[in-house]
Amino acid sequence: MDISIVDVRKEFGRYPALNDVSLTIRSGELIALLGPSGSGKTTLLRLIAGLEMPTAGTVLFGDEDASRKTVQERNVGFVFQHYALFRHMTVAENIGFGLRVRPRARRPARAEIRSRAVQLLDLVQLSGLEDRFPAQLSGGQRQRVALARALAIDPRVLLLDEPFGALDAQVRRELRRWLRELHDKTGHTTVFVTHDQEEAIELADRVVVMSQGRIEQIGSADEIYDSPASPFVFSFIGESSALPVVVRGGRVAFEDTDLAISAADIADGPARLCVRPHDVDLGEPGPGRVPGRVSLVRRSGAGRRVEVVAGKDAHRVEIEIPPDLSPSVGSTVGLGVRRWRLFPERAPAA
Amino acid sequence: MARFRFREPSIIPGFRMAFGFTIAYLAIIVLIPIAGLFLKTFELDWATFERIVTGPRFLAALKLSFGASALAALFNVVIGVVIAWVLVRYRFPGRRLLDAIIDLPFALPTAVAGISLGWVYSPNGWIGRLFAPDIMISYTPIGVWIALVFIGLPFVVRTVQPVLEDLDRQVEEAAATLGARRFTTIRRVILPTLLPAILTGFALAFARAVGEYGSVIFIAGTGTGVTILPVLIVEWLAQRGHNAIALHAAAAIAAVMLMVSFAILLAINLIQAWSNRRFGRV
Repeated sequence: MDISIVDVRKEFGRYPALNDVSLTIRSGELIALLGPSGSGKTTLLRLIAGLEMPTAGTVLFGDEDASRKTVQERNVGFVFQHYALFRHMTVAENIGFGLRVRPRARRPARAEIRSRAVQLLDLVQLSGLEDRFPAQLSGGQRQRVALARALAIDPRVLLLDEPFGALDAQVRRELRRWLRELHDKTGHTTVFVTHDQEEAIELADRVVVMSQGRIEQIGSADEIYDSPASPFVFSFIGESSALPVVVRGGRVAFEDTDLAISAADIADGPARLCVRPHDVDLGEPGPGRVPGRVSLVRRSGAGRRVEVVAGKDAHRVEIEIPPDLSPSVGSTVGLGVRRWRLFPERAPAA
Repeated sequence: MARFRFREPSIIPGFRMAFGFTIAYLAIIVLIPIAGLFLKTFELDWATFERIVTGPRFLAALKLSFGASALAALFNVVIGVVIAWVLVRYRFPGRRLLDAIIDLPFALPTAVAGISLGWVYSPNGWIGRLFAPDIMISYTPIGVWIALVFIGLPFVVRTVQPVLEDLDRQVEEAAATLGARRFTTIRRVILPTLLPAILTGFALAFARAVGEYGSVIFIAGTGTGVTILPVLIVEWLAQRGHNAIALHAAAAIAAVMLMVSFAILLAINLIQAWSNRRFGRV
């Protein structure tokens, strides 16, 4: 069953949290909503769940209008960042809660609820912990219980709000891989919110990049990474530096220097030249190279990081070079750009 | 075997002093006067003691004291949770004022409250006249109960309020996404979480009500036959001049009262310890 979000707008007071957002999630897909805080990603997730109601627009589950349904009727599995387990209930009672509160006619027998809980605990690899209380579990275990609890109601869609946000790095990586496996096994349509681009790119079939209440780009990891649709996406996904340049007749100039870059398909006018650290090389100043001065050199993993201050306004450019090179701080250098993206400067918003 | 360690190493010094002070203080303020009470009681011979604590007036007062206190505390639990809920969950003009009003029963001398309640609920008082003559409130056990409700209210509100403030809204949302209706969420998720605080509030309100004297004598009146234990004690004390056992009888009643209260409070504390152990303190 597909989920469609059509022209949804959400305002809190007079502040718009979502601006006319549209998105279609295909059945069985694993989608990441990625963006910085305040981008509206959690609001979008809560709108799908029915925990918030849209100011305008509709949310469709298949063909039916879910925006008219309450959160109880939507049958969604929701996992919260801080687990939100019922701490007075055992793990098994937590997982069985969604079945236990069904109206009598649709409620399974007590023994059946229990066996379903045990079965789900097995699925989330926590067998044997059914009679523990949440306080007796680690963070990673609690989040798995929360997931099992959400799966127990056989949800039409699984929604996860920063599910690994409160966990430490190693547990997070483990759970990430495990969630992917679980998704492939169960096939639930899944939407998760994250501000961690690595998590989004590694886990999701498609990534929805959001900023300031709008969707900036929807695409696979490759599309997002290799052909970002906007400077925002470029700078949010992976490391990057940006230089203000001017395009004139297919030539690109940074201040007074004509760069050896062709920009035939870009209209004349100011533009933004975006580069990744490993797509820039460091050399002597010369024609076609961005002039600058080394301001910082530090070792970083397998390579060396160099910060170069370029141009009159001291634009910072981060580059990565092999560790055997070690330019001295203060030396004058020229930067050669191997791969880049050019974005025409948007007209300043009125 | 691990040896019992009395003193945990700590970077904060002062254990000896703080502990010594605590024990000395408790002894002077609490334990010694209570011990005196029991000593006085033991000066009575058993037959006299039995006569005092099985007399019809004593038993009636015992029943009214603990019965009305328990009912008042129970009522306060219901009303107190609702008031705490309103104060925590809703924002409305005058909320701070309402919040401050809750504490009035703490601050008001209870005799003043008793006089006021006694009049308002009397057959021609503002509220009493609505019920009279079918239901008489002042000078009846109902009046006693109302006075005890009045003085016990802040305890429940003030113990439940902070817990309610800390309650994670996401837990309620989680229940909702799992299909639980509002009422189910309250019954199965919110109330069990509040239970330890509710028990504390109940225990405090109950203990306070059992010991109440000032407001009850005004709303129950004297010579009406509506007597609670503290009033009975005062009546015995009033005979001190011409009755040799008066002081001892008062002490005996107080000692019995103390033991019953202690047993009840201990039971509540045990329930609480059990629930804390089980659910973990958060």
